[in-house]
Amino acid sequence: MESLFLDIAQTLTGWLQSLGLSAVWADFILLIIQFACVAGIVTINVIILIWLERKVSGFIQLRLGPNRLGPWGAFQTIADAIKLLTKEDIIPTRTDKWIFRTAPLFFITVAMMLYLVIPMGDGMQIVDLNIGVFYFISLASLSTIALLMAGWSSNNKWSLLGAMRSVAQMISYEIPLTFSLLGVIMIAGSLRLSDIVAAQSNIWFIVFQPVAFITYFIAATAELNRGPFDMPEAEQELTAGAYTEYTGMRWALFFLAEYTNLVAVSAMASTMFLGGWQGPWLPSWLWIIIKTYIIMFVFMWIKWTFPRIRMDHLMSFSWKVLLPVSLANIVVTGVGIYVFKWMGWC
Amino acid sequence: MLSDYSTIGIFLMLTLAFPLAAMGMAWAVRPKPKCKPDDEKLLPYECGVDTIGRTWSRFKVNYFLYALVFLAFDVETIFLFPWAVKFSQLGLFAFVEMLLFIGILLIGLWYAWKEGALEWH
Repeated sequence: MESLFLDIAQTLTGWLQSLGLSAVWADFILLIIQFACVAGIVTINVIILIWLERKVSGFIQLRLGPNRLGPWGAFQTIADAIKLLTKEDIIPTRTDKWIFRTAPLFFITVAMMLYLVIPMGDGMQIVDLNIGVFYFISLASLSTIALLMAGWSSNNKWSLLGAMRSVAQMISYEIPLTFSLLGVIMIAGSLRLSDIVAAQSNIWFIVFQPVAFITYFIAATAELNRGPFDMPEAEQELTAGAYTEYTGMRWALFFLAEYTNLVAVSAMASTMFLGGWQGPWLPSWLWIIIKTYIIMFVFMWIKWTFPRIRMDHLMSFSWKVLLPVSLANIVVTGVGIYVFKWMGWC
Repeated sequence: MLSDYSTIGIFLMLTLAFPLAAMGMAWAVRPKPKCKPDDEKLLPYECGVDTIGRTWSRFKVNYFLYALVFLAFDVETIFLFPWAVKFSQLGLFAFVEMLLFIGILLIGLWYAWKEGALEWH
Protein backbone atom coordinates (compact mmCIF):
# COMPACT_ATOMS: atom_id res chain seq x y z
CA MET A 1 0.00 0.00 0.00
CA GLU A 2 2.87 2.35 0.89
CA SER A 3 4.15 3.00 -2.61
CA LEU A 4 0.86 2.42 -4.43
CA PHE A 5 0.73 5.74 -6.25
CA LEU A 6 4.47 5.83 -6.95
CA ASP A 7 4.23 2.36 -8.51
CA ILE A 8 1.34 3.50 -10.69
CA ALA A 9 3.33 6.55 -11.84
CA GLN A 10 6.42 4.44 -12.53
CA THR A 11 4.51 1.80 -14.48
CA LEU A 12 2.84 4.53 -16.48
CA THR A 13 6.04 6.34 -17.44
CA GLY A 14 7.68 3.01 -18.21
CA TRP A 15 4.77 2.03 -20.47
CA LEU A 16 4.78 5.44 -22.19
CA GLN A 17 8.51 5.22 -22.84
CA SER A 18 8.14 1.69 -24.20
CA LEU A 19 5.70 3.16 -26.72
CA GLY A 20 8.60 5.23 -28.05
CA LEU A 21 7.94 8.53 -26.32
CA SER A 22 10.91 10.51 -25.06
CA ALA A 23 11.37 11.04 -21.30
CA VAL A 24 10.21 14.65 -21.52
CA TRP A 25 6.92 13.72 -23.22
CA ALA A 26 6.33 10.90 -20.75
CA ASP A 27 6.86 13.43 -17.95
CA PHE A 28 4.49 15.81 -19.64
CA ILE A 29 1.73 13.22 -19.83
CA LEU A 30 2.40 12.23 -16.21
CA LEU A 31 2.09 15.90 -15.26
CA ILE A 32 -1.31 16.09 -16.93
CA ILE A 33 -2.41 13.06 -14.91
CA GLN A 34 -0.99 14.64 -11.76
CA PHE A 35 -2.96 17.77 -12.53
CA ALA A 36 -6.11 15.69 -12.94
CA CYS A 37 -5.38 14.15 -9.53
CA VAL A 38 -4.98 17.61 -7.96
CA ALA A 39 -8.24 18.73 -9.53
CA GLY A 40 -9.88 15.59 -8.16
CA ILE A 41 -8.40 16.13 -4.69
CA VAL A 42 -9.63 19.73 -4.71
CA THR A 43 -13.16 18.88 -5.81
CA ILE A 44 -13.63 15.87 -3.54
CA ASN A 45 -12.17 17.74 -0.56
CA VAL A 46 -14.54 20.65 -1.08
CA ILE A 47 -17.54 18.32 -1.27
CA ILE A 48 -16.48 16.57 1.94
CA LEU A 49 -15.44 19.75 3.75
CA ILE A 50 -18.62 21.73 3.16
CA TRP A 51 -20.65 18.77 4.38
CA LEU A 52 -18.30 18.36 7.37
CA GLU A 53 -18.41 22.07 8.16
CA ARG A 54 -22.20 22.07 8.21
CA LYS A 55 -22.31 18.88 10.27
CA VAL A 56 -19.70 20.14 12.77
CA SER A 57 -21.43 23.49 13.14
CA GLY A 58 -24.73 21.69 13.53
CA PHE A 59 -23.50 19.47 16.33
CA ILE A 60 -21.72 22.37 18.07
CA GLN A 61 -24.97 24.35 18.01
CA LEU A 62 -27.06 21.32 19.08
CA ARG A 63 -28.68 20.94 15.65
CA LEU A 64 -28.57 18.06 13.22
CA GLY A 65 -27.16 19.83 10.19
CA PRO A 66 -28.05 18.55 6.70
CA ASN A 67 -29.76 15.16 7.03
CA ARG A 68 -32.17 14.73 4.10
CA LEU A 69 -30.12 13.79 1.05
CA GLY A 70 -28.32 10.49 1.32
CA PRO A 71 -26.95 8.94 4.52
CA TRP A 72 -26.42 11.70 7.13
CA GLY A 73 -27.02 14.29 4.44
CA ALA A 74 -23.84 13.32 2.61
CA PHE A 75 -25.20 14.24 -0.85
CA GLN A 76 -26.23 17.74 0.22
CA THR A 77 -23.11 19.39 -1.22
CA ILE A 78 -23.50 17.59 -4.54
CA ALA A 79 -27.07 18.87 -4.78
CA ASP A 80 -25.81 22.37 -3.96
CA ALA A 81 -23.15 22.12 -6.65
CA ILE A 82 -25.74 21.10 -9.24
CA LYS A 83 -27.93 24.00 -8.17
CA LEU A 84 -25.03 26.46 -8.54
CA LEU A 85 -24.17 25.00 -11.92
CA THR A 86 -27.64 25.69 -13.27
CA LYS A 87 -27.89 29.27 -11.98
CA GLU A 88 -28.40 32.16 -14.36
CA ASP A 89 -25.26 34.24 -14.86
CA ILE A 90 -25.76 37.84 -13.75
CA ILE A 91 -23.12 40.52 -14.28
CA PRO A 92 -24.36 43.90 -13.06
CA THR A 93 -24.08 46.76 -15.56
CA ARG A 94 -21.80 49.02 -13.56
CA THR A 95 -19.09 46.43 -12.90
CA ASP A 96 -15.61 46.49 -14.35
CA LYS A 97 -16.42 43.48 -16.54
CA TRP A 98 -13.01 42.04 -17.31
CA ILE A 99 -11.68 42.22 -13.76
CA PHE A 100 -15.03 40.93 -12.48
CA ARG A 101 -14.69 37.89 -14.72
CA THR A 102 -11.00 37.17 -14.09
CA ALA A 103 -11.11 37.45 -10.26
CA PRO A 104 -12.56 33.96 -9.57
CA LEU A 105 -10.36 32.37 -12.22
CA PHE A 106 -7.29 34.01 -10.68
CA PHE A 107 -8.29 32.96 -7.16
CA ILE A 108 -8.78 29.27 -7.97
CA THR A 109 -5.65 29.15 -10.14
CA VAL A 110 -3.50 30.53 -7.32
CA ALA A 111 -5.10 28.15 -4.84
CA MET A 112 -4.46 25.09 -7.01
CA MET A 113 -0.87 26.09 -7.73
CA LEU A 114 -0.16 25.66 -4.00
CA TYR A 115 -0.55 21.87 -4.37
CA LEU A 116 2.55 21.65 -6.56
CA VAL A 117 4.97 21.65 -3.64
CA ILE A 118 2.98 19.93 -0.87
CA PRO A 119 4.45 16.50 -0.08
CA MET A 120 1.41 14.23 -0.20
CA GLY A 121 3.35 11.14 0.82
CA ASP A 122 6.83 9.62 0.69
CA GLY A 123 8.24 11.02 -2.55
CA MET A 124 4.78 12.10 -3.68
CA GLN A 125 5.48 15.68 -4.62
CA ILE A 126 4.81 17.05 -8.07
CA VAL A 127 7.82 19.36 -7.85
CA ASP A 128 10.34 19.12 -5.03
CA LEU A 129 11.31 22.78 -5.32
CA ASN A 130 14.45 23.94 -3.51
CA ILE A 131 12.56 27.06 -2.37
CA GLY A 132 9.34 25.19 -1.54
CA VAL A 133 8.35 27.16 1.57
CA PHE A 134 9.04 30.48 -0.12
CA TYR A 135 7.01 29.43 -3.17
CA PHE A 136 4.11 28.48 -0.95
CA ILE A 137 4.10 31.74 1.01
CA SER A 138 4.49 33.98 -2.01
CA LEU A 139 1.70 32.24 -3.93
CA ALA A 140 -0.61 32.10 -0.93
CA SER A 141 -0.29 35.86 -0.49
CA LEU A 142 -1.44 36.39 -4.09
CA SER A 143 -4.99 35.46 -3.12
CA THR A 144 -5.21 38.92 -1.51
CA ILE A 145 -5.11 40.40 -5.00
CA ALA A 146 -7.93 38.14 -6.18
CA LEU A 147 -10.16 39.36 -3.36
CA LEU A 148 -9.26 42.98 -4.08
CA MET A 149 -10.06 42.44 -7.78
CA ALA A 150 -13.44 40.96 -6.89
CA GLY A 151 -14.30 43.68 -4.42
CA TRP A 152 -13.18 46.61 -6.51
CA SER A 153 -14.63 45.50 -9.82
CA SER A 154 -18.05 44.67 -8.34
CA ASN A 155 -18.79 48.39 -7.91
CA ASN A 156 -20.76 47.71 -4.80
CA LYS A 157 -20.35 49.24 -1.36
CA TRP A 158 -20.46 45.92 0.46
CA SER A 159 -17.91 44.42 -1.89
CA LEU A 160 -15.54 47.35 -1.62
CA LEU A 161 -15.66 47.37 2.17
CA GLY A 162 -15.25 43.62 2.34
CA ALA A 163 -12.30 43.67 -0.04
CA MET A 164 -10.59 46.49 1.85
CA ARG A 165 -11.06 44.69 5.13
CA SER A 166 -9.75 41.41 3.79
CA VAL A 167 -6.72 43.06 2.20
CA ALA A 168 -5.86 44.90 5.43
CA GLN A 169 -6.33 41.73 7.44
CA MET A 170 -4.46 39.42 5.07
CA ILE A 171 -1.41 41.63 4.70
CA SER A 172 -1.26 42.17 8.46
CA TYR A 173 -1.41 38.47 9.29
CA GLU A 174 0.92 37.47 6.50
CA ILE A 175 3.92 38.77 8.44
CA PRO A 176 3.40 36.68 11.62
CA LEU A 177 2.62 33.72 9.33
CA THR A 178 5.95 34.08 7.52
CA PHE A 179 7.92 34.73 10.71
CA SER A 180 6.46 31.69 12.43
CA LEU A 181 7.74 29.48 9.58
CA LEU A 182 11.23 30.99 9.87
CA GLY A 183 11.88 29.19 13.17
CA VAL A 184 11.25 25.84 11.48
CA ILE A 185 13.48 26.81 8.55
CA MET A 186 16.30 27.75 10.94
CA ILE A 187 16.20 24.31 12.57
CA ALA A 188 15.80 22.36 9.34
CA GLY A 189 18.30 24.53 7.44
CA SER A 190 16.42 24.20 4.18
CA LEU A 191 13.46 25.59 2.27
CA ARG A 192 12.92 22.27 0.49
CA LEU A 193 9.79 20.69 1.93
CA SER A 194 11.09 17.12 1.62
CA ASP A 195 14.14 18.13 3.70
CA ILE A 196 11.89 19.69 6.33
CA VAL A 197 9.83 16.49 6.56
CA ALA A 198 13.01 14.39 6.73
CA ALA A 199 14.35 16.59 9.55
CA GLN A 200 11.31 15.61 11.61
CA SER A 201 11.93 11.87 11.47
CA ASN A 202 12.78 11.74 15.21
CA ILE A 203 10.87 14.63 16.80
CA TRP A 204 8.13 16.76 15.26
CA PHE A 205 8.92 20.45 15.07
CA ILE A 206 5.85 21.30 17.16
CA VAL A 207 7.95 20.18 20.16
CA PHE A 208 10.70 22.73 19.42
CA GLN A 209 8.39 25.41 18.05
CA PRO A 210 5.13 25.40 20.04
CA VAL A 211 4.84 29.19 19.93
CA ALA A 212 5.47 29.23 16.19
CA PHE A 213 2.75 26.61 15.69
CA ILE A 214 0.22 28.68 17.63
CA THR A 215 1.12 31.91 15.80
CA TYR A 216 1.00 30.06 12.47
CA PHE A 217 -2.41 28.65 13.32
CA ILE A 218 -3.88 32.01 14.35
CA ALA A 219 -2.35 33.84 11.39
CA ALA A 220 -3.57 31.13 9.01
CA THR A 221 -7.11 31.46 10.35
CA ALA A 222 -6.96 35.17 9.53
CA GLU A 223 -5.33 34.57 6.13
CA LEU A 224 -8.15 32.22 5.21
CA ASN A 225 -10.75 34.79 6.32
CA ARG A 226 -12.31 32.19 8.59
CA GLY A 227 -14.12 32.80 11.83
CA PRO A 228 -13.47 34.30 14.36
CA PHE A 229 -11.50 36.46 11.92
CA ASP A 230 -14.19 36.64 9.21
CA MET A 231 -14.73 40.40 9.29
CA PRO A 232 -14.25 40.63 5.46
CA GLU A 233 -17.44 38.70 4.85
CA ALA A 234 -19.30 39.31 8.08
CA GLU A 235 -22.72 38.14 6.87
CA GLN A 236 -24.70 40.29 9.25
CA GLU A 237 -23.16 43.58 8.13
CA LEU A 238 -21.66 43.10 4.67
CA THR A 239 -24.02 40.42 3.23
CA ALA A 240 -21.20 38.47 1.54
CA GLY A 241 -18.22 40.83 1.49
CA ALA A 242 -16.29 40.79 -1.76
CA TYR A 243 -18.54 38.07 -3.23
CA THR A 244 -21.82 40.01 -2.97
CA GLU A 245 -22.33 40.49 -6.72
CA TYR A 246 -21.26 37.01 -7.78
CA THR A 247 -23.75 34.35 -8.78
CA GLY A 248 -23.74 30.74 -9.89
CA MET A 249 -20.51 29.18 -11.04
CA ARG A 250 -18.37 32.28 -10.45
CA TRP A 251 -19.43 32.34 -6.82
CA ALA A 252 -18.89 28.59 -6.59
CA LEU A 253 -15.33 29.05 -7.85
CA PHE A 254 -14.66 31.52 -5.02
CA PHE A 255 -16.03 29.06 -2.51
CA LEU A 256 -13.99 26.26 -4.07
CA ALA A 257 -10.84 28.38 -3.88
CA GLU A 258 -11.45 29.23 -0.22
CA TYR A 259 -11.72 25.58 0.74
CA THR A 260 -8.79 24.70 -1.52
CA ASN A 261 -6.72 27.24 0.38
CA LEU A 262 -7.93 25.77 3.66
CA VAL A 263 -6.73 22.30 2.68
CA ALA A 264 -3.40 23.65 1.41
CA VAL A 265 -2.70 25.69 4.54
CA SER A 266 -3.64 22.77 6.81
CA ALA A 267 -1.45 20.39 4.80
CA MET A 268 1.36 22.92 5.13
CA ALA A 269 0.84 23.10 8.91
CA SER A 270 1.10 19.33 9.19
CA THR A 271 4.18 19.31 6.93
CA MET A 272 6.00 22.05 8.81
CA PHE A 273 5.07 21.17 12.39
CA LEU A 274 3.49 17.72 12.64
CA GLY A 275 6.01 15.59 10.79
CA GLY A 276 4.31 15.64 7.38
CA TRP A 277 3.60 12.21 5.95
CA GLN A 278 5.58 10.38 8.63
CA GLY A 279 3.82 8.00 10.96
CA PRO A 280 3.76 4.36 11.98
CA TRP A 281 1.79 1.45 10.43
CA LEU A 282 -0.36 3.33 7.96
CA PRO A 283 0.90 4.34 4.47
CA SER A 284 2.39 7.82 4.24
CA TRP A 285 -0.33 9.34 2.02
CA LEU A 286 -2.95 8.28 4.53
CA TRP A 287 -1.04 9.93 7.38
CA ILE A 288 -0.96 13.33 5.72
CA ILE A 289 -4.69 13.07 5.02
CA ILE A 290 -5.39 12.21 8.67
CA LYS A 291 -3.21 15.05 9.99
CA THR A 292 -4.65 17.57 7.55
CA TYR A 293 -8.20 16.62 8.46
CA ILE A 294 -7.47 16.89 12.18
CA ILE A 295 -6.12 20.41 11.67
CA MET A 296 -9.10 21.36 9.51
CA PHE A 297 -11.43 20.02 12.18
CA VAL A 298 -9.74 22.33 14.71
CA PHE A 299 -10.20 25.22 12.28
CA MET A 300 -13.93 24.45 12.13
CA TRP A 301 -14.13 23.96 15.88
CA ILE A 302 -12.62 27.42 16.44
CA LYS A 303 -14.85 29.01 13.82
CA TRP A 304 -18.07 27.79 15.41
CA THR A 305 -16.98 28.32 19.01
CA PHE A 306 -15.67 31.89 19.14
CA PRO A 307 -17.60 35.08 18.33
CA ARG A 308 -16.37 37.39 15.57
CA ILE A 309 -13.61 39.80 16.58
CA ARG A 310 -14.03 43.54 16.04
CA MET A 311 -11.96 45.08 13.24
CA ASP A 312 -9.72 47.29 15.41
CA HIS A 313 -9.04 44.44 17.84
CA LEU A 314 -8.29 42.20 14.90
CA MET A 315 -5.69 44.55 13.44
CA SER A 316 -4.03 45.47 16.73
CA PHE A 317 -3.84 41.79 17.71
CA SER A 318 -1.71 41.10 14.65
CA TRP A 319 0.64 44.08 14.98
CA LYS A 320 0.88 44.37 18.75
CA VAL A 321 0.77 40.74 19.87
CA LEU A 322 1.49 38.25 17.10
CA LEU A 323 4.28 40.19 15.38
CA PRO A 324 6.42 40.80 18.54
CA VAL A 325 5.78 37.24 19.69
CA SER A 326 6.86 35.72 16.38
CA LEU A 327 9.95 37.97 16.22
CA ALA A 328 10.87 36.93 19.77
CA ASN A 329 10.37 33.32 18.69
CA ILE A 330 12.99 33.75 15.95
CA VAL A 331 15.51 35.18 18.43
CA VAL A 332 14.79 32.47 21.01
CA THR A 333 15.15 29.80 18.31
CA GLY A 334 18.53 31.26 17.33
CA VAL A 335 19.74 31.27 20.94
CA GLY A 336 18.28 27.79 21.42
CA ILE A 337 20.19 26.36 18.46
CA TYR A 338 23.44 27.74 19.93
CA VAL A 339 22.61 26.33 23.37
CA PHE A 340 21.89 22.93 21.80
CA LYS A 341 25.19 23.02 19.93
CA TRP A 342 27.07 24.09 23.04
CA MET A 343 25.56 21.29 25.10
CA GLY A 344 26.36 18.88 22.27
CA TRP A 345 22.74 17.73 21.78
CA CYS A 346 22.75 18.09 18.03
CA MET B 1 13.08 15.09 -17.48
CA LEU B 2 11.29 18.41 -17.19
CA SER B 3 13.02 21.03 -15.08
CA ASP B 4 11.32 22.32 -11.93
CA TYR B 5 10.27 25.63 -13.34
CA SER B 6 9.03 24.33 -16.68
CA THR B 7 6.87 21.92 -14.68
CA ILE B 8 5.46 24.89 -12.78
CA GLY B 9 4.82 26.72 -16.04
CA ILE B 10 2.98 23.79 -17.64
CA PHE B 11 1.03 23.21 -14.44
CA LEU B 12 -0.01 26.88 -14.45
CA MET B 13 -1.45 26.46 -17.96
CA LEU B 14 -3.30 23.32 -16.85
CA THR B 15 -4.68 25.01 -13.73
CA LEU B 16 -6.01 27.86 -15.85
CA ALA B 17 -7.96 25.25 -17.79
CA PHE B 18 -9.75 24.04 -14.65
CA PRO B 19 -11.86 27.17 -13.90
CA LEU B 20 -12.36 27.73 -17.63
CA ALA B 21 -13.77 24.22 -17.96
CA ALA B 22 -16.00 24.81 -14.95
CA MET B 23 -17.30 28.05 -16.44
CA GLY B 24 -17.80 26.34 -19.78
CA MET B 25 -19.80 23.57 -18.17
CA ALA B 26 -21.94 26.12 -16.34
CA TRP B 27 -22.45 28.00 -19.61
CA ALA B 28 -23.68 24.82 -21.28
CA VAL B 29 -26.12 23.96 -18.50
CA ARG B 30 -27.46 27.25 -17.21
CA PRO B 31 -30.63 28.97 -18.46
CA LYS B 32 -30.04 31.87 -20.82
CA PRO B 33 -32.91 34.34 -20.65
CA LYS B 34 -34.21 35.27 -24.14
CA CYS B 35 -35.03 38.91 -23.46
CA LYS B 36 -32.63 41.43 -21.99
CA PRO B 37 -33.09 41.71 -18.19
CA ASP B 38 -34.38 45.08 -17.05
CA ASP B 39 -32.12 47.67 -15.48
CA GLU B 40 -33.34 47.11 -11.93
CA LYS B 41 -32.00 43.57 -11.96
CA LEU B 42 -28.53 44.67 -12.98
CA LEU B 43 -28.14 47.39 -10.36
CA PRO B 44 -25.55 46.98 -7.58
CA TYR B 45 -27.05 44.89 -4.80
CA GLU B 46 -27.82 46.93 -1.73
CA CYS B 47 -30.45 44.80 -0.01
CA GLY B 48 -33.22 45.98 -2.33
CA VAL B 49 -32.69 49.72 -1.91
CA ASP B 50 -31.49 51.85 -4.81
CA THR B 51 -27.85 52.89 -4.48
CA ILE B 52 -27.22 56.40 -3.21
CA GLY B 53 -24.05 58.18 -4.24
CA ARG B 54 -20.92 56.68 -5.68
CA THR B 55 -20.44 53.00 -5.09
CA TRP B 56 -16.67 53.32 -5.30
CA SER B 57 -16.90 55.24 -2.07
CA ARG B 58 -14.22 56.66 0.15
CA PHE B 59 -12.68 54.41 2.78
CA LYS B 60 -10.55 54.81 5.85
CA VAL B 61 -6.98 56.07 5.51
CA ASN B 62 -5.93 53.40 8.03
CA TYR B 63 -5.89 50.75 5.31
CA PHE B 64 -3.15 52.74 3.60
CA LEU B 65 -1.15 53.16 6.82
CA TYR B 66 -1.26 49.42 7.45
CA ALA B 67 -0.09 48.84 3.90
CA LEU B 68 2.91 51.12 4.48
CA VAL B 69 3.94 49.35 7.69
CA PHE B 70 3.37 46.02 5.94
CA LEU B 71 5.74 47.00 3.15
CA ALA B 72 8.64 47.56 5.57
CA PHE B 73 8.12 44.22 7.28
CA ASP B 74 7.51 42.30 4.09
CA VAL B 75 10.87 43.41 2.73
CA GLU B 76 12.39 42.31 6.03
CA THR B 77 11.04 38.80 5.59
CA ILE B 78 12.81 38.55 2.23
CA PHE B 79 16.11 39.34 3.99
CA LEU B 80 15.39 36.91 6.80
CA PHE B 81 14.75 33.89 4.56
CA PRO B 82 18.31 33.33 3.25
CA TRP B 83 19.67 34.06 6.70
CA ALA B 84 17.37 31.47 8.30
CA VAL B 85 18.34 28.79 5.75
CA LYS B 86 22.08 29.23 6.31
CA PHE B 87 21.76 30.02 10.03
CA SER B 88 23.78 27.11 11.44
CA GLN B 89 26.64 27.60 8.96
CA LEU B 90 26.95 31.37 9.31
CA GLY B 91 28.19 31.49 12.88
CA LEU B 92 27.72 33.92 15.73
CA PHE B 93 28.58 37.08 13.76
CA ALA B 94 25.57 36.72 11.44
CA PHE B 95 23.33 35.99 14.41
CA VAL B 96 24.36 39.20 16.21
CA GLU B 97 24.04 41.15 12.99
CA MET B 98 20.51 39.86 12.42
CA LEU B 99 19.65 40.75 16.02
CA LEU B 100 20.70 44.34 15.23
CA PHE B 101 18.60 44.24 12.05
CA ILE B 102 15.53 42.98 13.92
CA GLY B 103 16.24 45.59 16.62
CA ILE B 104 16.19 48.42 14.09
CA LEU B 105 12.88 47.13 12.72
CA LEU B 106 11.48 46.89 16.22
CA ILE B 107 12.36 50.56 16.69
CA GLY B 108 10.42 51.20 13.48
CA LEU B 109 7.46 49.22 14.82
CA TRP B 110 7.65 51.14 18.10
CA TYR B 111 7.67 54.44 16.15
CA ALA B 112 4.62 53.41 14.09
CA TRP B 113 2.92 52.33 17.31
CA LYS B 114 3.76 55.62 19.06
CA GLU B 115 2.56 57.68 16.08
CA GLY B 116 -0.75 55.82 16.12
CA ALA B 117 -0.40 54.16 12.70
CA LEU B 118 -1.57 50.89 14.24
CA GLU B 119 -4.67 52.37 15.85
CA TRP B 120 -8.09 52.23 14.21
CA HIS B 121 -9.26 55.86 14.31
